[in-house]
Amino acid sequence: MSVLTTPAGPTLRRRPLRLLLTAVAYLLPPALLTWWLWEATAGSTNYLFPPLSDILTSLRTDWFSSAGLEQIWPSLRNLLVGYAIASVLGIAAGAWLGVSIGLRQLFLPVIDFARSVPPPVLLPLGVVLLGIDNAMKVAVIAFGCIWPTLYGAMEGVRSTEPVRRSMSAVFRLRSRERWRMVVLPGAAPLIVAGMRSSLQIAFVLIVISELIASNSGIGFSVLQASRTFQYADMWAGAILLGLLGLLLNLIFGLFASRVLRWRDEEVRARRMS
Amino acid sequence: MTSSVPTTLDRARPDAGEVVLAVDSLTKSYRPDGAEPVLSGIDFSVVAGELLSVVGPSGAGKTTLLNCICGLLRPTDGAVRFRGELVERPPDGLAMVFQDYSRSLLPWLSVLDNVTLPLRRTVGSAAERRELATHALRSVGLPDATKLKPYQLSGGMQQRVAIARALAYEPALLVMDEPFASVDAQTREELEDLTLRLREAYAMTIVLVTHDIDEAVYLSDRVVVLGGRPTTVHSRLNVDLGRDRDQIGTKARPEFGELRALVHAGIRGELSA
Repeated sequence: MSVLTTPAGPTLRRRPLRLLLTAVAYLLPPALLTWWLWEATAGSTNYLFPPLSDILTSLRTDWFSSAGLEQIWPSLRNLLVGYAIASVLGIAAGAWLGVSIGLRQLFLPVIDFARSVPPPVLLPLGVVLLGIDNAMKVAVIAFGCIWPTLYGAMEGVRSTEPVRRSMSAVFRLRSRERWRMVVLPGAAPLIVAGMRSSLQIAFVLIVISELIASNSGIGFSVLQASRTFQYADMWAGAILLGLLGLLLNLIFGLFASRVLRWRDEEVRARRMS
Repeated sequence: MTSSVPTTLDRARPDAGEVVLAVDSLTKSYRPDGAEPVLSGIDFSVVAGELLSVVGPSGAGKTTLLNCICGLLRPTDGAVRFRGELVERPPDGLAMVFQDYSRSLLPWLSVLDNVTLPLRRTVGSAAERRELATHALRSVGLPDATKLKPYQLSGGMQQRVAIARALAYEPALLVMDEPFASVDAQTREELEDLTLRLREAYAMTIVLVTHDIDEAVYLSDRVVVLGGRPTTVHSRLNVDLGRDRDQIGTKARPEFGELRALVHAGIRGELSA
């Protein structure tokens, strides 16, 4: 057993360094940027760029207060529910389309048509069909962000290694095992890449879904502040969206590195041999 | 090295003298009209307990032949029978070892899970699957690798895992497609000897496809030589070297040299069947 390579070894040794780098990346540039902006906008009378201190005050009073958190939650919940629906449907539909050339040829035009329609255009339709409640907003988010996940799943399933197809067929794996243990894990890198893009789009859609018929939520508040020239509030909302995005991307990164751990380890093992 | 097989699946075991595989004047063309066949009138059969090699130059359609045997491709004319039944899709009780071990094994599953994967259909209890798999891994000389991922093993060891996967499946016929073509010469000899030991211990019936003449003669009871265009059976040779073979002694025997020369001539088309 002495010939076994252990790809875990060197990474373990490098881990403290990587943690340090991560900490520096999350703290140093933001700190520098904050300091610079603080100095640059101090005493500013330009209404487009109010002093950073005002913006941070708005951020605290508008959002990091009990009233503010009550506004964040519905938007965040709509985002998460819409994204979850898009992920499940996107993976299912993509996998289904990835299986057969015929299905792809049949449905691709429809899909390309559907994804080319900008979600804001469908807002009135959404209102008519689903009302002005959360259901409409969730639907807008789900419809708008499903496409990268769907394409990722389709390409991932389509590019299943031929040897793995043969292996599954010769050993007559049941379709449950074929999907769960052969096809979907193999497609995971492309599915995850698609889901990452979908998450980005879902974020934009928070704002878009609150464009009309809303009276609360992050998107609504930012739009409202922007329309009424409350630029400190607008910037505070933008910073909040940025922070939420950072947080969700961080969580997504942890999820992705767990799902794709085998691939990272495999790549490292290949590089060392 | 191997004790008795810890299982009850006697259905898998063909009786002595049973014709496990019969290839009857198989012709395969990839053209819809059946013109320009790749294989033409291929005829041979494999009896229980036999190790038969199919040797041919690259491009002779060995893979096509294999895919027909495994039920992945339908012959244009003629038939393949597995244990008396016409092969129209992959039959039950046929296992395969692929050349491309790094792809035929799944990097997201542990070695043990790779070996138990085909057993999920055939063996009901998880404990029994585990036992079969650990036994098979012991038989191929990898008793401690169960928890590792395939990419943590050397190429030769990965192919051992693939052999263990086929072994644990308890096939009536083991098909090996250029199984040792991607490993270095020493590892190849080790794996060849492992194959000989295992077929003794488990009374396996094996079809080995290779382009390596030495390997074919060294391992086989009989050799089928393919050649020509379209590919036909050029010759069939009995290898009377006994069951007890070793890399140095057997290959030094004059009979070995003669058989080698015969196969060589057959591949070059200098010998008619």
